[in-house]
Amino acid sequence: MSLIAASGVGVSYGGRRVLFDIDFQITRGEIVTVVGPNGSGKTTLLRALLGVVPPSTGRVTRAAGLRVGYVPQRLHIDPGLPMPVARFLSLPRRASKAAMADALARVGLGDVARQTMSTLSGWQFQRVLLARALLGRPDILMLDEPTAGLDQPGVASFYRLIEDVRRELGCAVLSISHDLHVVMSASDRVICINGHVCCEGAPHVVRAAPEYRALFGFGTGGALALYQHDHDHAHDHNHDHGHEKDHAPHAG
Amino acid sequence: MLDDFMMRATLAGLAVALATGPLGCFVVWRRMAYFGDATAHAAILGVALALGFQISIFVGTMVVALVMAMMVSVLAGRGWAMDTTLGVLAHSALAFGLVAVSFLPAVRVDLTAYLFGDILAVSRLDLAIIAAGSALVLGLILWRWSALLTATLSEDLAHAAGIHPGRERMVLTVALAVVVAVALKIVGALLIAALLIIPAAAARNFARGPEAMAFSAVVIGGIAVWGGLQLSLAQDTPSGPSIVVVAALIFLLSTLAGSLFQNRLGR
Repeated sequence: MSLIAASGVGVSYGGRRVLFDIDFQITRGEIVTVVGPNGSGKTTLLRALLGVVPPSTGRVTRAAGLRVGYVPQRLHIDPGLPMPVARFLSLPRRASKAAMADALARVGLGDVARQTMSTLSGWQFQRVLLARALLGRPDILMLDEPTAGLDQPGVASFYRLIEDVRRELGCAVLSISHDLHVVMSASDRVICINGHVCCEGAPHVVRAAPEYRALFGFGTGGALALYQHDHDHAHDHNHDHGHEKDHAPHAG
Repeated sequence: MLDDFMMRATLAGLAVALATGPLGCFVVWRRMAYFGDATAHAAILGVALALGFQISIFVGTMVVALVMAMMVSVLAGRGWAMDTTLGVLAHSALAFGLVAVSFLPAVRVDLTAYLFGDILAVSRLDLAIIAAGSALVLGLILWRWSALLTATLSEDLAHAAGIHPGRERMVLTVALAVVVAVALKIVGALLIAALLIIPAAAARNFARGPEAMAFSAVVIGGIAVWGGLQLSLAQDTPSGPSIVVVAALIFLLSTLAGSLFQNRLGR
């Protein structure tokens, strides 16, 4: 029984095809990483799965009563809106003080509950977004570019945290990344999209590749894996879905 | 007690402040300041239509304010810039309203009353309508508070939590139309936006959370109503503008105090 399933989903903005022929499903406890270059429609896919963007073709089905923990890439809080961390964690459903303290500790934050959101660093802000998502006891965590702006040890520690959370809550994790090569090693599946699904499969861990080691460094605690793309078609011929041409104006 | 016109005026003003406080906060948070303005301007057209068709002015302004708010939503949703849409619709509605009023035969319409309001002329029936309208808006906002706040923060977060941002936007639109229809007689079309925004803006200078800000905006609005009416009584100044003047002075004071304690505000 899948938590979220998409069949034949296509999304167009003003006649411009951003996504097409997307078949996708994710089941409980599964970690799926969607990778794709900028403008490949991966954020659009996430928004379609969330229900924010209605698909122009095909359909998206979500399990009844599905609890989604969504962690956006960025969140702009209007300066006119005073928002203490504790209040943010209670949106839209009240959380107890103890639950908030637990969630903040879980994501590795100290006592920031009384601070204002605007005083947090980017790193703290994102952890608070994650803590808020966890407080809803989600069936699925949806992460939009969760590692953007983090350095490589930061990426590794974030992915380890997600793995731990998955183990504790038993939730599914759907994460999207613009990084084509470095994905969570715990990913059960990696899906590479560029308008449509280019390839998917288990991340292939390249063990003895010194040049990759040199590139990505040591000491990631096994949290990073290299995903080898296995495209079954070439993109250099003139077929009807010229990706760059069609999709370039849409940021991933 | 209600025989005293000052008492009726004060109660009517306080009732309006009760609704404009929290609603004004959403107007500020969502950057809809000119939306309130535009809706209020459009209400003048409602007054003209109400007089022309001999229907209640409350009904006329309410209908026009609602239609206006929905047209703004639709046009903005089609890719028109919000400020352009508001500019076109607000000024057109105001102009159409003024032209329409001039066609009304043999009716001497005191438009200044609707532009600037006449709180001292509030009747018992007016007071009842105002109280009911404010209670409706306040109830609506309290009921939807958490969903409204989430949708204001981020439409995507709201979607993920099973909240429909479009529905919450509609709640605010309806609430705004009701407040405009109800408050038109008191502070007038030109000053409604001021009563929505100034107390909320003043409250922002010291409020630590969204609820505190909404509550403070109500208190500030209440003080402005009371102080403005006292000023109007003592100095024989026009009552609607006097209320806004007091609100503006509170904003000035809270901004000065706010910048003195800025470090403690965490801004």
